[in-house]
Amino acid sequence: MAERSFKAEVAHLRKGSGDTFTGEGILAITKALLENGVGYVGGYQGAPISHLMDVLADAEELLTELDVRYEANASEAAAAAMLAASVHYPIRGAVTFKGSVGVNVASDALANLASSGVTGGALVIVGEDYGEGSSIMQERTHAFAMKSQFWLLDPRPNLPAIVKAVGDGFELSEASNTPVMLMVRIRSCHVTGTFDCRDNLRPALSVRDALSNPQKDFSRVVLPPMSYIHEQDKVTKRWPAAEKFITEHGLNERFGPEQSGIGIVCQGGMYNGVIRALQRLGLADLYGQTQVPIYCLNVTYPLLRDEFLGFTQGKDSVLVIEEGQPEFIEQQLGAMLYRAGSSVQLHGKDMLPMAGEYTGQVMLDGVTAFLRRHAPDMLPGAVLAPNAPVPEIPDLSTTVPVRPPGFCTGCPERPIFAAIKLVQQELGQHQISGDIGCHLFAALPPFEIGGQTMGYGLGPASNAAFDGGGERRAISILGDGGFWHNGLSSSIGNMVFNRSDSVAIIVDNYYSAATGGQDVMSSRAENPTKATNNPIAKALKGVGVEWIRQIDRTYDVPKMRAVIHEALTTDYAGPKVIVASSECMLNRQRREKPQRKQAIAEGRRIEAPRFGVDEDICTGDHACIRLSGCPSLSLKRLDDPLRDDPVASIDQTCVGCGNCGEVADAAILCPSFYRADVVHNPGRIERWWAERQARVIDWLQSRRAARRLDVTGAAR
Amino acid sequence: MNLATELHQRQPDARLDQIIKLAVMAVGGQGGGVLTGWIESLARAQGYAVQATSVAGVAQRTGATIYYIEMAPRHPGAADPVFSLAPASGDVDILIAAEMMEAGRAIIRGFVTPDRTTLIASTHRALAVSEKMTPGDGIADADEVRAAAEIAAHRLIMADMEAAAAGAGSVISASLFGALAGSGALPFDRSAFEDAIRASGKGVEASLRAFAAGIDAAQGGDVVAPAVESVTVPAEITGPAKARHAWAALLARVEAMPAPVAEMALPGLRKVVDFQDVAYGAAYLDRLDIILAQDTDEHAFELTREAAKYIANAMAYDDIIRVADLKTRARRSGRIRDEMGAGAAHLIQVTEFLHPRAEEIVSLLPARLGARIEGSPTWMARIDRLFNKGRRLRSDSLRGFTMLYLVGGLRGWRLRTLRHRQEMAHLQRWLDTAMAHLPDHYGMAVEIIRCRRLIKGYSDTHARGCAKFDRVLTGAALVAHRADGPDWVARLREAGLQDEDGKALDGALQTVRSFA
Repeated sequence: MAERSFKAEVAHLRKGSGDTFTGEGILAITKALLENGVGYVGGYQGAPISHLMDVLADAEELLTELDVRYEANASEAAAAAMLAASVHYPIRGAVTFKGSVGVNVASDALANLASSGVTGGALVIVGEDYGEGSSIMQERTHAFAMKSQFWLLDPRPNLPAIVKAVGDGFELSEASNTPVMLMVRIRSCHVTGTFDCRDNLRPALSVRDALSNPQKDFSRVVLPPMSYIHEQDKVTKRWPAAEKFITEHGLNERFGPEQSGIGIVCQGGMYNGVIRALQRLGLADLYGQTQVPIYCLNVTYPLLRDEFLGFTQGKDSVLVIEEGQPEFIEQQLGAMLYRAGSSVQLHGKDMLPMAGEYTGQVMLDGVTAFLRRHAPDMLPGAVLAPNAPVPEIPDLSTTVPVRPPGFCTGCPERPIFAAIKLVQQELGQHQISGDIGCHLFAALPPFEIGGQTMGYGLGPASNAAFDGGGERRAISILGDGGFWHNGLSSSIGNMVFNRSDSVAIIVDNYYSAATGGQDVMSSRAENPTKATNNPIAKALKGVGVEWIRQIDRTYDVPKMRAVIHEALTTDYAGPKVIVASSECMLNRQRREKPQRKQAIAEGRRIEAPRFGVDEDICTGDHACIRLSGCPSLSLKRLDDPLRDDPVASIDQTCVGCGNCGEVADAAILCPSFYRADVVHNPGRIERWWAERQARVIDWLQSRRAARRLDVTGAAR
Repeated sequence: MNLATELHQRQPDARLDQIIKLAVMAVGGQGGGVLTGWIESLARAQGYAVQATSVAGVAQRTGATIYYIEMAPRHPGAADPVFSLAPASGDVDILIAAEMMEAGRAIIRGFVTPDRTTLIASTHRALAVSEKMTPGDGIADADEVRAAAEIAAHRLIMADMEAAAAGAGSVISASLFGALAGSGALPFDRSAFEDAIRASGKGVEASLRAFAAGIDAAQGGDVVAPAVESVTVPAEITGPAKARHAWAALLARVEAMPAPVAEMALPGLRKVVDFQDVAYGAAYLDRLDIILAQDTDEHAFELTREAAKYIANAMAYDDIIRVADLKTRARRSGRIRDEMGAGAAHLIQVTEFLHPRAEEIVSLLPARLGARIEGSPTWMARIDRLFNKGRRLRSDSLRGFTMLYLVGGLRGWRLRTLRHRQEMAHLQRWLDTAMAHLPDHYGMAVEIIRCRRLIKGYSDTHARGCAKFDRVLTGAALVAHRADGPDWVARLREAGLQDEDGKALDGALQTVRSFA
């Protein structure tokens, strides 16, 4: 497992009735699962729900006590498929992954699950990665719920509401025999707060016990004619049952006065933003007591016609606040009004932007526009006629540089891309396809390698059109995480079967690193509950790859370059796969730093390497940075009137990975780099010998100094 | 509509003003999460309702990232306040920027407004990749951000919080927490802040020291600078008496020059003498004298001043002898020990990464022989096979040091080498090109002198620099007759420094060709 411990978080999970939980939303969900008698949990890591998986992985002991099965699934598809346990058995199950990419991967299993229907509550916790800081394409999970008939919860973003949604979700799922998606937006996952705990509940039927009494019912199998019956069942039974449950249990909420000419309908996740806008307009108080009626959709699918029409009763106009596109909710609500012959005016995307995150300003502007149109009297005077002059602040947009995420200090992936860049300088530009993972940062400067990414584990597959070869072979990148997720079959198997004449480079950093350092099958660490140490190269051989090159130290740039060069120029026409392995430096430092500290304290001999730059030898061309981009390799301005440009400089955060020196060597850059190994607790003989050498060196240095004129000292 | 009219008379909730909205803008890896955690536990311990959010995701890896906190006093029996999950422009009370450009980003996003925002910003720079990879000077202008901050912020607290933290042996999150305490923007005592650090239980002592330094910095106290360089610098000129006399004579020549020239000629002279010897220094001044004779104070001796800078750089070219010489000086060993924080108890091993090619080896040969070999591809290939290899040299070992020491000792031989002849020929061509524009086009002469800046680096990088230099001079010839010629040369030069492959320069040259 990652070189981090979540013991403190696991302690939170043990809390019971009378205790108060204080922490992040995602951890609150984890606790809520246990309070609701979940029988099995699983999922696939990814922001913003990685934390849930990490904590569960460390909570093995507690889960065993409670008879809860935890599975670190191989992919989102595997996680969704696991919910099959709830089809026949009255066992509550929950899986989690990132939306909407995880939902895409899981779609096959999810659609089958939705068709079969469930007996035990089945909950899919989707961490919706939308808006600022998101690392994926901007789409909505919502569409998936609509097409497969899933129910979609989008609770208000505070801990009690999120925790309640977990329980509601299980009950709704059981009441309607339908899987339920609990959507938590990225900020809700990381929002902090408190809630009152309940005791953890053992599942009424454990998965272990269920095995003793296997169940089957072919009417649940997605085969004709059952699949036609499933569809009918969805609309005639499950859907009305869900509507009934949602209405009776009041899952959606209403706030504000009963009587008003106007109203706002919002997704639960948007609630706090709506209140903030109203607070800024003087229309809501500190505690959210609002003067504008709000119909808050904690369930965004299905929508309840009667409840909504009831809300619009006596109103002239309603504003729908729905983040993301297209406006699924607004369209449905509009259809409801139309069919009911209502004269209520419906606003939404005409006053709020169709695309993009609904930030504070966007929300304020939208709500203001709505009130200006339908209730101008409610707006404070300052909004209607602003008279305070806005001070002119200088435009910094061309001054401030963009700062996208990049490779960490000492990242072992950097030398791989430096090598590719060097090979391309020699052989020309190649068609390169990227994949999901840290290595995708190579697409950014200074490497600018790879022009597209099609999905997790699909790097080589997305070069398939070029598999026939040509003047210059296509290159694709694949991470170890992507390899085990989907890449082995969809990418590598595809290459073998189609006799692909292209090159795949597998970036193996021993972890699913981009999501926080979870173990994968080829991880080198011993994991007490998972089978690790299954080499990628062995799997490659197993599926029939014949040309395999394993590199066990990616920092060896000349070797890396030679191997890539060979792959691109060899006569061998089949698939060529390079496995470039070195441990993720972030995790390695987490493991080694404390060990090193302890070793030094115990008086053991330790070499601590770090790189440096001779500033009078560096000419300030920055070619090294264009082949590295390491955060610890930066620039500094010299106090020398003769020098125009800043020189390279390495700060104390350098971990001595060696990339600088290797690149300087491989690209024949410049001799200004040096590596200094500070030897802690050197041995006696070693010290004696070093002192002897130093004495001779001192003598040589003073000999030369005596014969030359030194005028540089006075310059300071 | 009539219902709305009834409602509008209500007063806005005065308690809303009690919400304190605080955003932290940081670079991934700066400990923004730790800082947020401290602020949150501080507020909670002080009886506040508090909520924090962040977008961790991939932004943790050196990307720009935001943390956001809202807090309000908890009223007995009252429900939880409804807080926002993200900062809104024009609605932030305290903005903590953990780096100078992040302060700029906060201003761009409207999180710093004159009516309310206390801006606490660290003035240090963590350079973005785009700033670092420019072949010239791509570092963003921090003064522009400072100027904007002075207008945008209601209160402004700026200091080098990174240095304050480093001086205390801790990280910037602690000094920023101190600056927040020192700003008085939160209604809590210093001891409450310190308790929050203690409660976190990790690296408490160092964090408290950095916290104190942060308070001092915020309150206008001096930032404790990181460990002062203890490099021993000889206070005076050392060396053989004869050379010292000769040096004194050269100094006198510099002092006799007009002040703007002397100012640059002195470091220039130091550089060339350090590169070779006093005689070489005299040659440098001779070159300068020729230019000075054609210069006047009408332009404040701009031409000679620039020439003093770039001739020195050209004469002190980067050859293997210079590299070996610089790597074997006593001062360097001391500097490395200091930089690496090595004490008496430690040994230090220094590995050099050298990669000489045939070109470098041949450039050390006597000029005529070297030129012959260089003209023969067969011989060059032969030498390349022998020498072209990455070499790791342990310069702390006697063997490695001696090898470098011997090469560094070739200074006496240098003036006879092929490299020297090539460098001097290039230097002369460049000076002749520049001086040909006198007396009519003074500006052109200055700009052509300045083009020397394009030549830097070793091996391929050096070759690329020379190629850019040649291309800029070609462009310069096209605009030489124009009154705005110098501006165009300056533009071409700047373009040449923008990217590695010279794409910007291609574009600029195309523009020049379109009208010249």
